[in-house]
Amino acid sequence: MDLRFSDDDEAFRADLRAWLKTALADLAPQPPRDDWDARRVWDTDWQRRLFDAGYAGLNWPKEYGGQAAPPSQQLVFLEETTRARAPYVGVNFVGLLHAGPTIVAEGTPEQKAAHLPKILRGEEVWCQGFSEPGSGSDLASLRTRAVRDGDHYVVTGQKIWCSYGQIGDFGELLVRTDPEAPKHKGITWLMLPMDLPGIEVRPLKTVLGSSEFAELFLDEVRVPVECRVGEENDGWRVTNVTLSFERGTAFVSDLVDATRLVEDLAPYVTDPAHRRELSHIVAELDAVWALTKRNVTQSARGVAGRGPYMIKLAYSEVCQKMGELALRVLERDILTVDGEGPFVEERLRSLAFTIAAGTSQIQRNILGERVLGLPREPR
Amino acid sequence: MNFDLTDDQLALRDGIRALVEGRFPMDRVRDGFDRSVHAELADAGVFSLRADGFSWADAAVVFEELGRGLVPGPLVWCFGRDRITSGYDASLAGSDLVEFLGLVDDVVVIDPRRALALVHPADVVAAGEPEGWPLDPLTPVWRTEKQVIAGEPLDLPFADVWDQGALLTAAYCVGMADRLTEMAVAYAQERQQFDRPIGSFQAVKHICADMAVRAELARVATHAAACVLDDPATGSRARALAGAKVLAGEAAILNGRSATQVYGGMGFTWEVDVHLFLKRAWVLETQFGGSDHHADALASTMPGSHA
Ligand SMILES: Cc1cc2nc3c(=O)[nH]c(=O)nc-3n(C[C@H](O)[C@H](O)[C@H](O)COP(=O)(O)OP(=O)(O)OC[C@H]3O[C@@H](n4cnc5c(N)ncnc54)[C@H](O)[C@@H]3O)c2cc1C
Repeated sequence: MDLRFSDDDEAFRADLRAWLKTALADLAPQPPRDDWDARRVWDTDWQRRLFDAGYAGLNWPKEYGGQAAPPSQQLVFLEETTRARAPYVGVNFVGLLHAGPTIVAEGTPEQKAAHLPKILRGEEVWCQGFSEPGSGSDLASLRTRAVRDGDHYVVTGQKIWCSYGQIGDFGELLVRTDPEAPKHKGITWLMLPMDLPGIEVRPLKTVLGSSEFAELFLDEVRVPVECRVGEENDGWRVTNVTLSFERGTAFVSDLVDATRLVEDLAPYVTDPAHRRELSHIVAELDAVWALTKRNVTQSARGVAGRGPYMIKLAYSEVCQKMGELALRVLERDILTVDGEGPFVEERLRSLAFTIAAGTSQIQRNILGERVLGLPREPR
Repeated sequence: MNFDLTDDQLALRDGIRALVEGRFPMDRVRDGFDRSVHAELADAGVFSLRADGFSWADAAVVFEELGRGLVPGPLVWCFGRDRITSGYDASLAGSDLVEFLGLVDDVVVIDPRRALALVHPADVVAAGEPEGWPLDPLTPVWRTEKQVIAGEPLDLPFADVWDQGALLTAAYCVGMADRLTEMAVAYAQERQQFDRPIGSFQAVKHICADMAVRAELARVATHAAACVLDDPATGSRARALAGAKVLAGEAAILNGRSATQVYGGMGFTWEVDVHLFLKRAWVLETQFGGSDHHADALASTMPGSHA
């Protein structure tokens, strides 16, 4: 057991550090939060630069534009981009962190070739259409219908909380293909081209005052059968692959933001009792980071560890603690969201962390059952 | 980077776990510490790991197992020494109580200037009998008359003794936190109320899930601190050690409280082992710096510190 990076990893770090220095020097200022077209351009431009420099898809296969680098370099990448305050995935979140990895794991060679290089080059933005008004935690109860008609599925239904829905080129879409089967058995996972006729996207305003997600209305949308990932009615299994990425590794990236934020917050924290609280937050963030390192080591060795069941649960709650501390420390400076630093805005954003991608209660249910072997929940 | 137990460390862990389960079942543990406990652990090489070429990470793995088994004794102070040793920080309030004083050969005393001395127990003016009602029945304490009769100066850097002690104590706490999780989970599966196992109620299931997360975070934090002691270039020693001691101490205490709750009335009995773990966790919280001490230490590594 050690935390030493290899000479190769350190060489990779040195190159990356040098590259980041020049690349960040001429980075345009970040666009306003609700200007989605500008955000798309800014985030995908950065992704393209990463791709050109050989830093995109570090853990993706080479034949689809990835680097097939050892997992330790993924960690170095996260450490160095945090340190340098480089942009993070932004609107490429779904494509890079769970749709892409699902296609790597479950897609056909044609699907991989069609999507993976484009995601890495910042040419294809993805969104996620899993949740429905009646199906949140109980995702498998979803009702959006898909009826096979020759080479197409005809899809009708409604999705909600679709992040990046306004600008997505493709969506991860869950549909019911067999309404007679038990609810987990009749689901299919589709790639939804967002420009098909019959799709209406209505942005929803969040507590941040901006439209971070959208509703999707699907009215007899004809989705080609070759957009199906996995077999018909085997979509729940594929969904679990997606969720294992979304809940397991996607949030590691957010840890990066949190470690920056806590460093920025520290100088405001002067009261000794508050500084102790800060220490607890830092200790927990460091531990989540250590758990991530353990997880990376274990997955490289093919060992099934506990990290994937714990990282999101722990991270989301420590972020909320940090947010609460920030509000107390800033006192009446919190009366404007855009006043003192990003802290108030981040506190608002972190309200979602214990809800999105499976609520903390659902995470505890899963941990209790799958890791600890406690009795199963109703399903 | 290989931040997981190596095959050697897994073998070490399994070996020491088998030793603890075989030689220190709970009915023996309940008899408390004596020379035979020390001798058996010393024979197994527990106290000489460093001298025998093992790393701090290895030592953390071993102490975690001792904590799982709640093996009693001044084990951390005995580490790296041949004789049975206890120790205390004479500058702390309440430091006139010394753990195991009547049962040891040597006592390490840290004076307010952070100089270390090795003292004979009789020289710390021990009253012959231990205090009548120790918090942890397996950690007897003796009251000293406070003034330390000068012992033999120990030429050891305070920071090393303190950090290493904090690390091994944290590792022991991780083992306790882990074992408490297992005990609570086992009880939640077996105990039936309303015609079903209590572990099917989320109010109980979620307590168990939180226990598991706490133990795991404390474990990786402790392993990370051990790795930093082994190779100082891999992180901030002050930050890593303070984080480990804070999280491990809290995990042991909170998991002790949680397990008591999961066990219901049984959890308040002398017979069920949970209280022994919780009491030990409270005792260890006072050794090598408690959570407030280490939180202050960690804070001083963060921007905005005036320390
Ligand atoms: C910012 C944000 C972005 C999102 N982005 C997307 C996206 O891009 N695509 C997408 O498909 N979805 C997205 N979601 C949706 C998200 O996955 C759901 O909100 C989440 O799964 C919870 O579902 P729900 O909102 O219907 O809440 P509900 O399921 O109605 O839950 C309400 C409350 O009941 C509790 N509860 C429910 N069932 C149980 C149970 N069995 N045991 C214990 N407690 C229970 C929950 O924990 C919660 O506290 C996003 C959500 C947020 C907040």
